[in-house]
Amino acid sequence: MQRIGVFVCHCGSNIAATVDVKRVVETVKKEQGVVHAEDYPYMCSEAGQALIAAAIKEKNLGGIVVCSCSPRMHEATFRKAAERAGLNPYMVEIANIREHCSWIHKDMEEATEKAVILARAAIAKVHLNSHLQPGESLVTKRALVIGGGIAGIQTALDIAEAGYEVDIVEKTPSIGGRMSQLDKTFPTLDCSACILTPKMVDAAAHEKINLYTYSEVESVSGFVGNFSVDIRKKARFVDMNKCTGCGLCQEKCPSKKAKSEFNRGLNTRSAIYTPFAQAIPNVPVIDTESCVKMKTGKCGLCEKVCQAGAIDYSQKDEIITEKYGAIVVATGFDTINLDQYGEYAYNESPDVITSLELERVMNAAGPTKGHLERLSDGKAPKEIVFIQCVGSRCDDHRGKPYCSKICCMYTAKHAMLIRDKYPDVNVTVFYIDVRTPGKNFDEFYRRAVEEYGVNYIKGQVGKVVPQPDGSLLVQGSDLLDGKQIKMRADMVVLATAIEPEAGVRKIATMLTASIDTNNFLTEAHPKLRPVESPTAGVFLSGVCQGPKDIPETVSQAGAAAVKVIGLLAKDKLLTNPCTAESDTLLCNGCSVCQNVCPYGAIGYEDKEVNDHGIRETRRVAVVNSALCQGCGACTVACPSGAMDLKGFSNRQILAEVDAICR
Amino acid sequence: MSKHDAEMIREISGVNPLKCMKCGKCSATCPAYDEMDIKPHQFVSYVLRGDIEALADSKSLWKCLSCFACIERCPRNVEPAKLIDAARQAVIRQRGNEADLSPDEIPALLDEKTPQQLLVSAFRRYRR
Repeated sequence: MQRIGVFVCHCGSNIAATVDVKRVVETVKKEQGVVHAEDYPYMCSEAGQALIAAAIKEKNLGGIVVCSCSPRMHEATFRKAAERAGLNPYMVEIANIREHCSWIHKDMEEATEKAVILARAAIAKVHLNSHLQPGESLVTKRALVIGGGIAGIQTALDIAEAGYEVDIVEKTPSIGGRMSQLDKTFPTLDCSACILTPKMVDAAAHEKINLYTYSEVESVSGFVGNFSVDIRKKARFVDMNKCTGCGLCQEKCPSKKAKSEFNRGLNTRSAIYTPFAQAIPNVPVIDTESCVKMKTGKCGLCEKVCQAGAIDYSQKDEIITEKYGAIVVATGFDTINLDQYGEYAYNESPDVITSLELERVMNAAGPTKGHLERLSDGKAPKEIVFIQCVGSRCDDHRGKPYCSKICCMYTAKHAMLIRDKYPDVNVTVFYIDVRTPGKNFDEFYRRAVEEYGVNYIKGQVGKVVPQPDGSLLVQGSDLLDGKQIKMRADMVVLATAIEPEAGVRKIATMLTASIDTNNFLTEAHPKLRPVESPTAGVFLSGVCQGPKDIPETVSQAGAAAVKVIGLLAKDKLLTNPCTAESDTLLCNGCSVCQNVCPYGAIGYEDKEVNDHGIRETRRVAVVNSALCQGCGACTVACPSGAMDLKGFSNRQILAEVDAICR
Repeated sequence: MSKHDAEMIREISGVNPLKCMKCGKCSATCPAYDEMDIKPHQFVSYVLRGDIEALADSKSLWKCLSCFACIERCPRNVEPAKLIDAARQAVIRQRGNEADLSPDEIPALLDEKTPQQLLVSAFRRYRR
């Protein structure tokens, strides 16, 4: 029997307005083992903590229950306070009478009764708590960044600047990501490549940064501080050490019909290619799908012209295994598929393009060398219509329920750039709302209207119909004028919704990092821990966490780097002592627990046991407590009740249930 | 017609007009727009306000072609054509039916490919 103290927090009026805290104190005093109970307006304050410490010492308490907010908020606070007063921190239990009680109830009578019941359950549990001791694990002082866009590059640079080794794994042949595909950037209109390429060069040149381009994460095991990652280096068929990047192979390659991924399929590239001129590394890859040599065995022109002898058709994929202390996900985004949006005629007319495609059209290195022209006939457009929210804010099966956030600003940018360079072109923007929160953002949009004469119409477009004369009929609403507009356009640009890059779900699964219904990675806390995944040691950078523009991405990338640095700066981590253990007398070695364990923490060994005087060797489960994260899946799965979780034992949980049902 | 009818229209249609974000895509897409006095996107706010009297007297009720383009394209699943159809039904229930199309004539007009829903709403429309 423990000597237990109960501390009931008012949380200002958060709890006290709905729960009669005095009555809770008086009622719990009657519980078995409770030798002390008191209430206080803010138990988490220094004065509140001092109260707890004093009671522990004076009353010689063996366990305490704090009735307050969620343990996610202040469990650590109270555990530390107890530890300072000489009590094992795992002898502290929290009864959540705020989120689970006062905030969700209106009736004081009922809420008070529930608060007492929750306190009683926690008291019952403390009686069975034991003095757990955390272990220690070492930290591998190396970070992995998955994704080599601006988010990944910035995170890697910041980590490397602090002196730690960083590897960037990028699935395409070059780092640079989406930002390398953009022409200009809002709200300053500076050239995207001009500000990105110096960072790419910095990353490549940094002695602490190692690039794995054309590579993908194959598998992840381990835990915070001790991840082990298999990386697949896809065969480039070009020796990175020998290639001089002269580009002759690309020039001579006879197969030039593959769609250029970098130019969003608007033009073609050779089978051996670097995605763009400033690619890093400047080493091409051979696309086996379109290479004549790979398909027929004949050709081999690139090998013949390569003076460095860098072409190697026999190259194979290579798996590299590396250890990391922290992993940053920076996998970025893509635009959604528009097959479901037949009304915009995207698949019917080459003159209906997405905004990202327009970036390539406007760019000097793009399919039209930067000339604004219709992709169907190369003619200069006179009338361009932009349609906002294509697939964004769509609560149906076709689109995404969220605002893609960047479209209002890039459309204002496109409209402005077109009006600036081609003043005779009329630009109309159909919008639902113009959302421009951000420094100098609304001013930017107003400039498009006031200085550049862009015609903004409040209302969505219902349909775009290609006409026999090659033009496009746009039928839309003008809600402010109360009109249905039918207008002719030469080009239509769709502000297409963005979504997380396709492979992110696979990566999240490997990392056991949680992901939401839209495939965005979930933060540990939406406000207070926005760059951390709930999975320890996994951090989030850029659009993989939610839509954001370049300045926000760079800020978040830096924040993620700081969290990584904070982790890597530690030599050792305290491990959670609430791990599973197997009772060798009950275990029958069935392997069910091993199959459900997401951390690979359970193994088996043959052990000699003495079962009621019978000595025999049995195959029993053994938990590696360094790997176990205390999720409890094995305890539920175990058919013989041999698996138990320290700190959350079956007995403790049943005692809580009994106390609630009493 | 009363406030109560607004409830009924919501119930018959299964539409929650609060989901509307006023993008105007229904009115942008509507082929009968020019003939309507209350436009499809306005229809939603009339139901929301409970201004059913005006709806019941509106030409739009009988001008909607039930082509369902607005249902197909509404990004918020508000589906104005369902509201309009429900309003027709409410009006017919209360004011009776003055239409000259009788159910006996329907089979001759049938096309196997015609969706049943279209038939039902067209029938309501032309029975006026």
